Amino acid sequence: MIRVMLPAHLRNLAKTDRVVELQVEGAVTQRAVLDALEAAYPMLRGTIRDTATWQRRPLVRFFAGKQDLSHEPPDAPLPAAVATGDEPFLVIGAMAGG
Amino acid sequence: MSGVRVLVGTRKGAFVLTSDEKRERWDVCGPHFAGWEMYHLKGSPVDPNRLYASQSSGWFGQTMQRSDDGGRTWEPVSNEFVYDGVPGTHQWYDGTQHPWEFTRVWHLEPSLTDPDTVYAGVEDAALFRSTDGGQSWHELSGLREVKGNLWQPGAGGMCLHTIVLDPNDPNRIVVAISAAGAFRTDDGGQTWLPINQGLKSPYELPDPDADVGHCVHNVAMHPSRPNVLFMQKHWDVMRTDNAGECWHEVSGNLPSDFGFPIAVHAHEPETVYVVPIKSDSEHYPPEGKLRVYRSRTGGHEWEALTDGLPQQDCYVNVLRDAMAVDSLDSCGIYVGTTGGQVYASANSGDSWTPIVRDLPSVLSVEVQTLQ
Repeated sequence: MIRVMLPAHLRNLAKTDRVVELQVEGAVTQRAVLDALEAAYPMLRGTIRDTATWQRRPLVRFFAGKQDLSHEPPDAPLPAAVATGDEPFLVIGAMAGG
Repeated sequence: MSGVRVLVGTRKGAFVLTSDEKRERWDVCGPHFAGWEMYHLKGSPVDPNRLYASQSSGWFGQTMQRSDDGGRTWEPVSNEFVYDGVPGTHQWYDGTQHPWEFTRVWHLEPSLTDPDTVYAGVEDAALFRSTDGGQSWHELSGLREVKGNLWQPGAGGMCLHTIVLDPNDPNRIVVAISAAGAFRTDDGGQTWLPINQGLKSPYELPDPDADVGHCVHNVAMHPSRPNVLFMQKHWDVMRTDNAGECWHEVSGNLPSDFGFPIAVHAHEPETVYVVPIKSDSEHYPPEGKLRVYRSRTGGHEWEALTDGLPQQDCYVNVLRDAMAVDSLDSCGIYVGTTGGQVYASANSGDSWTPIVRDLPSVLSVEVQTLQ
């Protein structure tokens, strides 16, 4: 199972725990994980990716294994530790303070 | 027993304030959607338990919420606002054309007859309608064919912020858009007319009498006289007696005719309320005194309502959707400020009391009269 860690606002919106577990078929990529997340929690559609362009929203970041994967291609394989469920895939609201 | 439910949208969540018909003691419930910008919440006139809310965030975009129990519980509904066909372009700040891009929902207007039908005014400016309780949204795209390529965003964005439904004619809708103007449909939203004749914007537009481009801030109507509309423009308070065919100025003796909201008394169609703001660069009340102004003559002659409102060192603003009236026998008026206060008057504005003093900055105030 893939583990995805959500920021507080999205946990509240989806009425779920901090970490959700998802079954992902095939290659474990950003796109596959987000597709599975949105299928399980339709209220999250549009909050992480723009539904028109499927681009990551500008102030959302993706971290895993201490790496910022935000700028990786959506179909690039995620780290093996994410694919095995040993490491969570983190969806982060970017720092935007002063 | 009758009472009121005041729906308050703020920069960091929504609050529901309730009271009986005396409007002296208030129950404050919230924050709902803590941390989210709640641009607008509004209840169905047909089913007061049916509420719609616009919830947005700079991080996570627009989401939409619906309540079927008067705001106690909420469920997300569709947040997919897809412009009809090829979105096209509008003017950008630098004079170039810029693609229409959805940003957020500014205003929700539930149908007067069907709790599952609701209109949404969005940025970049367009009007959407849902007929299934918010499960899907469809654009009434004829609006953007009215010289939409000439519309351009103002300082607050290019938002459709006002939707006025005609109680006598379900096919007639008036909308207003910042830095584009007012528009009317008489065929249920298929085709639209600009209704800006008589508006003058000499300091905002190269042609002060242009068809489109006027920065309309808010429009209000009394349901008994749908052809009479009152407008708070960027500068100037305006009135039309023919559904927008021609407007004339009724600013009269106001200390400033700049402002955002405008409202009409629930039982007196000629009684109108505005909140004068010093200027477009100084978004606070003149002289540091928060004064709601009331005209009992449909404009021109205005009186300051001050009893209970701060009359010194007050530098808050009242945004366009942050004034509302209830329809109890003694009409109540509600004003929310960017300082987080919501002031209420249970006597048509003669005297005021703060319901709450320390909310986040208030974006919108709506009131439901409960029987």
